[in-house]
Amino acid sequence: MRNLALVFISGSIFGLGLVISEMTNPEKVRSFLRVFGNWDPSLLFVMFSAIVVSAPMFWILEKGRPKKQLGLAINSNQKFLDGQLMMGAGLFGIGWGLVGFCPGPAVSSLSFGQVTSVIFMVAMIGGFTISDYLKSSR
Amino acid sequence: MISANIDYLNFSPTNATLGGLLIGIAVSLFFFTTNRNAGVSGILSDLILSKSARIQNFLFILGLVLAPLVYTAIMADPVKYVITPSFSLIVLGGFLVGFGTKLSNGCTSGHGVCGISRFSIRSILATCIFLASGILTVTLMDWFVDA
Repeated sequence: MRNLALVFISGSIFGLGLVISEMTNPEKVRSFLRVFGNWDPSLLFVMFSAIVVSAPMFWILEKGRPKKQLGLAINSNQKFLDGQLMMGAGLFGIGWGLVGFCPGPAVSSLSFGQVTSVIFMVAMIGGFTISDYLKSSR
Repeated sequence: MISANIDYLNFSPTNATLGGLLIGIAVSLFFFTTNRNAGVSGILSDLILSKSARIQNFLFILGLVLAPLVYTAIMADPVKYVITPSFSLIVLGGFLVGFGTKLSNGCTSGHGVCGISRFSIRSILATCIFLASGILTVTLMDWFVDA
């Protein structure tokens, strides 16, 4: 029960961070990607300050835990460089640039009650599903 | 024409830093509690496609939506939200974001914040690639619209 409450709180703090930093505004995100035009570097500050907190916290938490518990998806038994990772990241970046939403802000923006957020979410879930199907059928 | 200059009118380093610190606290708390990376693409796609940790995933996503709802209700100034009016662009963008993050096992939060915090070479590579392809996409779109 305590853990479930903490998970809910962590989702809430995450959502608050996204809306305060204005990552939930697609045009703001696209202005960040407009490096070669009228560039708004704000989101660099979001990423940097997030890592400033989480890097030392992760290091402390990992140090205190037995190794075998660290079976985390991102690092687990995967090749150093692989096509899926690079292809996936490349396609994600194209979608990110086209609209200005990555998954977190898209979810949080549902709170604004805009139909455009819902359309994006449905299309994104379609992308998850097809990608998952292709990965599992290989 | 390509020229670099800073959009000082919209530049908001204070809110960006404050928001980032909150995101850092959130992913740390999630890792402390669940021993998992708080990558939103992974949590959301697991919630839909997998049966494991359903309640955890649901509560995280619920918080992600409810907190901004409360925030916007309390704040006097309306929260800015400007998005392309093109239905087909939103569908294409959404699909590519979903497809790509699932294929590469992570998004801005999973690779960009959690992965980099854990010094994962794969996450650093993925982050460089999606930043580059996002920048390229916006640059090309601006270029074609201006032309």
